[in-house]
Amino acid sequence: MSTLPAEPLGSLVQPGQPDIPPPRARLRSRRLPYLLLLPALAWLAVFFVVPTITLFSTSLQTGSIYEGYTLTFSFSNYLDAWTRFWPQMLRSLLYAGSATLMAVLIAYPLAYSMAFKAGRWRNVLLILVIAPFFTSFLIRTLAWKTILADNSIVVELLNALGITDVLSLVGLTTGDRVLATPLAVITGLTYNHLPFMILPLYAALERLDIRLIEAASDLYASPFAAFRKVTLPLSMPGLVAGTLLTFIPACGDFINAELLGSMPATAMIGNAIDAQFLRVLDYPSAAALSFTLMVGVVTIVSLYVRRAGTERLL
Amino acid sequence: MSDPIRIAGDAALRLVSLSKRFGDVVAVDGIDLTIPAGSFFALLGPSGCGKTTTLRMIAGLEEPTSGQILIGDVDLAGQKPYRRPVNTVFQNYALFPHLDVYQNVAFGLRRRGIRDVAAQVEQMLAMVELTGYGKRRPSQLSGGQQQRVAVARALINQPSVLLLDEPLGALDLKLRRQMQLELKRIQSEVGTTFVHVTHDQEEAMTMADTVAVMNDGRIEQLGSPVELYEHPKTTFAANFLGQSNLIDGAVESTDGDLAIVAVPGGRLAVPLDRMPGTSQVHVGVRPEKLTLTPADQAESIPSHHNRLSAVVVETRFLGVSTEYIVRILSGQRLAIFVQNAGQPDQLAPGADVSVSWDPAHTFALDVRQAADAGLDHAGVPA
Repeated sequence: MSTLPAEPLGSLVQPGQPDIPPPRARLRSRRLPYLLLLPALAWLAVFFVVPTITLFSTSLQTGSIYEGYTLTFSFSNYLDAWTRFWPQMLRSLLYAGSATLMAVLIAYPLAYSMAFKAGRWRNVLLILVIAPFFTSFLIRTLAWKTILADNSIVVELLNALGITDVLSLVGLTTGDRVLATPLAVITGLTYNHLPFMILPLYAALERLDIRLIEAASDLYASPFAAFRKVTLPLSMPGLVAGTLLTFIPACGDFINAELLGSMPATAMIGNAIDAQFLRVLDYPSAAALSFTLMVGVVTIVSLYVRRAGTERLL
Repeated sequence: MSDPIRIAGDAALRLVSLSKRFGDVVAVDGIDLTIPAGSFFALLGPSGCGKTTTLRMIAGLEEPTSGQILIGDVDLAGQKPYRRPVNTVFQNYALFPHLDVYQNVAFGLRRRGIRDVAAQVEQMLAMVELTGYGKRRPSQLSGGQQQRVAVARALINQPSVLLLDEPLGALDLKLRRQMQLELKRIQSEVGTTFVHVTHDQEEAMTMADTVAVMNDGRIEQLGSPVELYEHPKTTFAANFLGQSNLIDGAVESTDGDLAIVAVPGGRLAVPLDRMPGTSQVHVGVRPEKLTLTPADQAESIPSHHNRLSAVVVETRFLGVSTEYIVRILSGQRLAIFVQNAGQPDQLAPGADVSVSWDPAHTFALDVRQAADAGLDHAGVPA
């Protein structure tokens, strides 16, 4: 303990010293917040900034897997990738968008009941929402193969009710099959991302002050008007967070399309990237697709957040 | 969707044997009350006495177990809150955080399908002295300003009755005083019936024309603040509104329009019309009505005054007054407030004194009522 700095100790015992820390300590305390950010910044630099730059440079390379790829700033890679894979891109947006919408329709009533109506069942429901995470993602998705199989109860019921006929008219299913159709992929995407929609929605609704709803009804708002004018706007932060947590990963997903869909009819952009990177070994095309997906999602998300106008509420 | 009920003209609010039970707990126990149109009415009582439940039943936020809520001839019990011609200023205001002040105030009018609200909103904001604050959000306002927005948001709907649920509870003392006057001014300006729920007796007495003291789901006493203070009818009212000295005694005789009550150490005269009709009574008198005279000057006390000898136990200098605690013969302690109007010396603890007061300021209560009812909220000498 002999290495203790002499200076702070000296200032402690000096009587009448004004109660401000010595200059060096003050400087240190001002730097401290930045020092605390360092690990996160280092992480971001190593695992986000560097890979993004590498990805972008790969997307501009030409060559082949045998000769090796060289950076030639070949922006035509992008045009080439878009012309070849635009159906997969469009499908990704459509499937992810539909899955997000489905997830909202299922999650909002559930989160609302959990927050306002469940009483002592609230925690049980919360655990039930999280419980699927205890099983592997792969197992859960494979289970849907059984649920949606041609001779399963669900599908036979849908057939008996004539619902598959209607769905196949709009191209969601083919004939009386559900598995290996767009509907199966969307169902899988919805199911796998549902907890990420429910939890933020629940958090937003749960902290909503019930007195605001009473105040609305005191001010001539019918239950529906109170929901539209008070509950819904105040739950927007949760809704925005939930849709982002669903839409963004769903856009890049390839497992659901792989296991529940049929290639190439239901291939999404993730499947295309997967194939280009791991089987065709055309790295520039795969990188160009990945980069396109990233920029596209960031653009859509920022437009959406701005339009939702939730900055004031966050 | 059904339209809100509108009631034309001035109509009194009447509660007829209104009750509310939560399971086994009786929150409101069959109260009957008439609140005249245009009055400033306070429901005063300790927490858990049922006053807020009563208010919420009037607002429609709580369903009565039985009874009627009448405005004029219309029974509101069972009607949805959004159809009732009453509006509420909530405790902690419950302003909509996602709307600005203007939208908050316009909320009620817009829900009733009124499009052109600008003039009315501006007029309301002017009345609560918040002109120019329309674009602010509730979170950008001080507590007092939020309170004004809450009042404007309710009053713009021109309700038959405005309900105020502990509206000043969240404000500091100085602001509370200021808002008491402000609410009083607004009430006389708009002439709407105000029903104000509070546990603060000072607030109730300063603002209301009529105060109903509630306890255990029932109305203990109803009257003007002066009447309640000067002539409490129950020990609860005597202790909850201000402070009271209660001395146990037995009725002995009558003398003209006075009853004579024997207490340890003397006889006290009580006006006959303030006697509860029992033979054993608590004789009551307010601390500021008492005069303290040193024992050697006792001959200066007017002969018709009630008097008791006592010993000073404790003195507390309070600024405008000095509070003395004295012990009478029975061992009981009395509190006395003496105005600091320039008397020479304070009486020191241990001094022998005479405590005296005019019989006109005396009241008497049924001895079967607990002498300490309503006391647990305030530090009154035991």
